[in-house]
Amino acid sequence: MIAAIIALFRRDLGAAWAGGGGALLPLGFFIGTATLGPLAIGTEPERLAAAGPGLLWVALALASLLSAERLFQGELEEGGLDLLLLSGVPGWLWSLIKMLAHAVATGLPLVAATPLVWLMLRLPSEGLPQVLSAVALGSLCFTLIGGVAAALASGIRRGLLLMAVLALPLFAPIAIFGAGVAYATLSAGEATATPLLLLGAMALASVALCPFAVAAALASAAE
Amino acid sequence: MLSFFANPLRFMKLSGALLWPVLIVGLGLSAWGIWQGLFVVPPDFRQSDAARIMYVHVPAAWVSLGVYVGMVVASFVSLVWRHVLADVAARSAALAGTVFTVICLVTGAIWGKPMWGAYWAWDPRLTAMLIQLLIYLGYLGLWAAIEDPQKAGRAAAILCLVGAVNIPIIRFSVEWTSSLHQGPSVIREGGPAMEAVYLMPLLVTGLGFLLLSVAATLAAMRAEILNRQAEAVLNRAHRAAFS
Repeated sequence: MIAAIIALFRRDLGAAWAGGGGALLPLGFFIGTATLGPLAIGTEPERLAAAGPGLLWVALALASLLSAERLFQGELEEGGLDLLLLSGVPGWLWSLIKMLAHAVATGLPLVAATPLVWLMLRLPSEGLPQVLSAVALGSLCFTLIGGVAAALASGIRRGLLLMAVLALPLFAPIAIFGAGVAYATLSAGEATATPLLLLGAMALASVALCPFAVAAALASAAE
Repeated sequence: MLSFFANPLRFMKLSGALLWPVLIVGLGLSAWGIWQGLFVVPPDFRQSDAARIMYVHVPAAWVSLGVYVGMVVASFVSLVWRHVLADVAARSAALAGTVFTVICLVTGAIWGKPMWGAYWAWDPRLTAMLIQLLIYLGYLGLWAAIEDPQKAGRAAAILCLVGAVNIPIIRFSVEWTSSLHQGPSVIREGGPAMEAVYLMPLLVTGLGFLLLSVAATLAAMRAEILNRQAEAVLNRAHRAAFS
């Protein structure tokens, strides 16, 4: 079973990075949105300090959402899903592995690009470690919750809009506390620990619960 | 009891007998409670007549959450026991739940303008209720998007269970955070913090709204079952014609 899990993880990671660098598209979307933001809001430092952290989190949520759309669609169309269902590996486990591989392949580049976006938004670099931890936890949550929405919408042609309608309300608490960490680093005396711990709690809860929902939804979609 | 109601024929007979009595009693209780609240109950000490909108706002909020809890139970039953009618029940109830959520948000906005000076505030309780509306809409959207009713029912049931995380958030949003919205004054430890003369119409309206949503759910379930039966008849006719 362990060998099967490792093989699945490596295969998904390879598939995400091979051929045209599909995993880099969410990164382009993330940076593109973060570029458009200041141009639309106004580039004065005071404005960017007020709106920048929020903009960063909206861009992160949308980039994660868009990249999660194809998480299971290919497997469903090409029959990989049937093989996974027949493999004897529990559904929640391969669902979790697939989503973790996706989080590593597309989520980590977003975390890596965050300092650049932070710089573009002209925000002070003191709180960057906390912001990066929050972005890492948040993008994991977004991938897992987006994965549930992707699994529910997987049987539907052009299901992206529906997937967004399902996932965005559930993204709300993560965006609130994620941006909360970023804003807390900007104002002296405000603790970043509370929102960061809450984000960690939400990431753990997502890891524990989302794989079961994904496995159930995919088993139904594959019938 | 679960398998007893799984028979659509038995359900149609029973719901047909129940529908009108439930609807009429629900309308009667809602009308009496709202009339008492709007015209009979003495005005509030601080908010005077503006507090009367409570008699629509609060019962609508209760029913919005109560219906969702009922949907969660139905979805669980549908996923675990593959109960035939549980999917239909959850979907039908979602229509009523959505309507009462909208009523709650709209009356809250109307109440908020004179009391807080704004129709809307990004307060935890208000935001959680708005998210509840979005969850209801997403649930209905998922049903509408998948053609096969069995697959749609399964996917919607999973979404319903996932969305249940919002219910405790709504319930405790006024206790965990410093909220603009007032804390619970009816369903709380130590009993209601409200005189009986104010409380009675509130409870009666709540029961009335609940019965109205039950009646709407039964009616929508009946319509859906008749729809599926009609489709089955059509399919059989098609097969007979082309074989």
